[in-house]
Amino acid sequence: MSLITTILGRLVKAAITLLAIAVLNFFLIHAAPGDPAAVLAGEAGAADPLFIAQLRERFGLDQPLYVQLWSYVKNVLTLDLGYSFRQGMPVYDLIAQRLPATLLLTLSSFVISLSLGIAFGVAAAARVGKASDSVLTTIALLFYATPLYWAALMAVLVFSVQLGWLPGFGYETVGSGYSGLARAWDILQHLILPALTLGLFFMAVYMRMTRASMLEVSQMDFVKTARAKGLSGPVIRRRHILRNALLPVVTLAGLQAGQLIGGAVLTETVFAWPGIGRLMFESLEARDYNTILGVFLVSAAMVIVFNILTDIVYRIVDPRIGAKS
Amino acid sequence: MTLWKRFATNRGAVIGLIILLCVIAIALLAPVIYPGGPWKMVQRPFLVPFTNGDLPLGTDTLGRDVAAGLVHGARVSLLVGLVSTVMALLIGVPLGALAGFYGGYVDEGAMRFTEFFQTIPNFALAIVLVAILEPTLGSITLAIAIVSWPPVARLVRAEVMSLKRREFVEAAHLAGLSNTRILVSEVLPNAISPIIVMASLMVATAILLESSLSFLGLGDPNIMSWGYMIGAARTVIRSAWWLSFMPGVAILLTVLALNLIGEGLNDAFNPHLKKGRT
Repeated sequence: MSLITTILGRLVKAAITLLAIAVLNFFLIHAAPGDPAAVLAGEAGAADPLFIAQLRERFGLDQPLYVQLWSYVKNVLTLDLGYSFRQGMPVYDLIAQRLPATLLLTLSSFVISLSLGIAFGVAAAARVGKASDSVLTTIALLFYATPLYWAALMAVLVFSVQLGWLPGFGYETVGSGYSGLARAWDILQHLILPALTLGLFFMAVYMRMTRASMLEVSQMDFVKTARAKGLSGPVIRRRHILRNALLPVVTLAGLQAGQLIGGAVLTETVFAWPGIGRLMFESLEARDYNTILGVFLVSAAMVIVFNILTDIVYRIVDPRIGAKS
Repeated sequence: MTLWKRFATNRGAVIGLIILLCVIAIALLAPVIYPGGPWKMVQRPFLVPFTNGDLPLGTDTLGRDVAAGLVHGARVSLLVGLVSTVMALLIGVPLGALAGFYGGYVDEGAMRFTEFFQTIPNFALAIVLVAILEPTLGSITLAIAIVSWPPVARLVRAEVMSLKRREFVEAAHLAGLSNTRILVSEVLPNAISPIIVMASLMVATAILLESSLSFLGLGDPNIMSWGYMIGAARTVIRSAWWLSFMPGVAILLTVLALNLIGEGLNDAFNPHLKKGRT
């Protein structure tokens, strides 16, 4: 199958998935206890009967369910995610404003966790059975069991409150007036703690996977051949074992991207990072369902886009994948 | 070697089992140790731990006994972890078994459905579900079950697909057993060990999910939980860090114990795998 048809196929599938999520959202609004109009209006609007009546008319809530569903889905498809009465602006604009911060956070976190995870996994596999292997494996086990938000809080406590090395709050220094490189440096400093703590759990996952995969591949015949023809240990490890061992790790990493975006809700809440995760948290307190569902839809869309991108990258990196399916 | 002996030779797994048994004992004895419950104001707020013999772990921002909170919190974590895992198994096992056993359109449909749920970021879906259904113990457990079943379905499907081609299943067909009977009493019992391993790891994940929801303020407002304790102490982290530190350690230990047990079970069920691993 050529790359183009694959991408087209994936796009069609993505569109169907998004549509299904929109339908799911619609039923969730109706599953909420109380009047759907009041749900859509949020608590703030609930007091005003005139406004509720307007909403009822706008969304056709007196119409049969399938008519309502159609108009809801049509709205979502035209990127009309409703209006946030709490924040006083359309949900789409709210999300568009906050999305860059979340993209910056999740992408850096992804890169950090994947590269550190692979590096530590390779190191542990190379020293299998030795003390340094046990230390790395134990640390991974601990990270694997640590609640994300708690790790974030403890990082703020140690590196920000106690040591004062890094800022533990926000996206940039408020009112600093930085621009250009100075601003980028400032944002980078703010980014380090959230990106690291969000990535800890995933780093542990990737490390364990890399270690197991390296050990598995190193038992294979072609590695014995390489050893028999006298190649040095590091060369075999890098060029023969690692390349083959990475494939399952990268596959897993692509699948895990969704969890990273979910985790961003917690990290952004702890660090007051102005992304869509924080927006979701703020909307929870206000029971602003329009915004909650909007963020949900957008985060699912992010996962889908990410999965398509990783898929394309594999096919370019490893032509065998396209040939197999 | 018996299963138990193989499990017992794994040091990590035994440590995990001991920790878990302690947590279970604490959870069961909570009403005996702290009959007054975790919500009562017992002292001035922000009492530092280890300064008052009656309140070893001090008090929180509202003067409630932290030790009582931790002990009662263990109940919620274990209960939600266990019940949501059972519910996820009740969705995932039948779905995966049917898909793997019958193949064709059933498989196609079931797997598309599973794939859909795997694409959705699961923590975000759990938040949405709990927010919309109102936070209660029931809705939290349900939401966690709804986001955790897909890996079970995939695992069971793969197991059933490989088992259904084995001789004993063919023999059962020849003996004239019905499909349902073969699936339930011949195929599934042989798939039980990987399901048990996965379930023990799922309880751990469910505990993390529950605590994360409570941390965000989506816990049952009538029930003390570890995540809630951390969330409530978050704003005072500068002045009273221990309030968020201690419940976190409780979660960490419990989840770690379950993970260790899961790995121990996995090694005990698959002794031949162990050599390659260490």
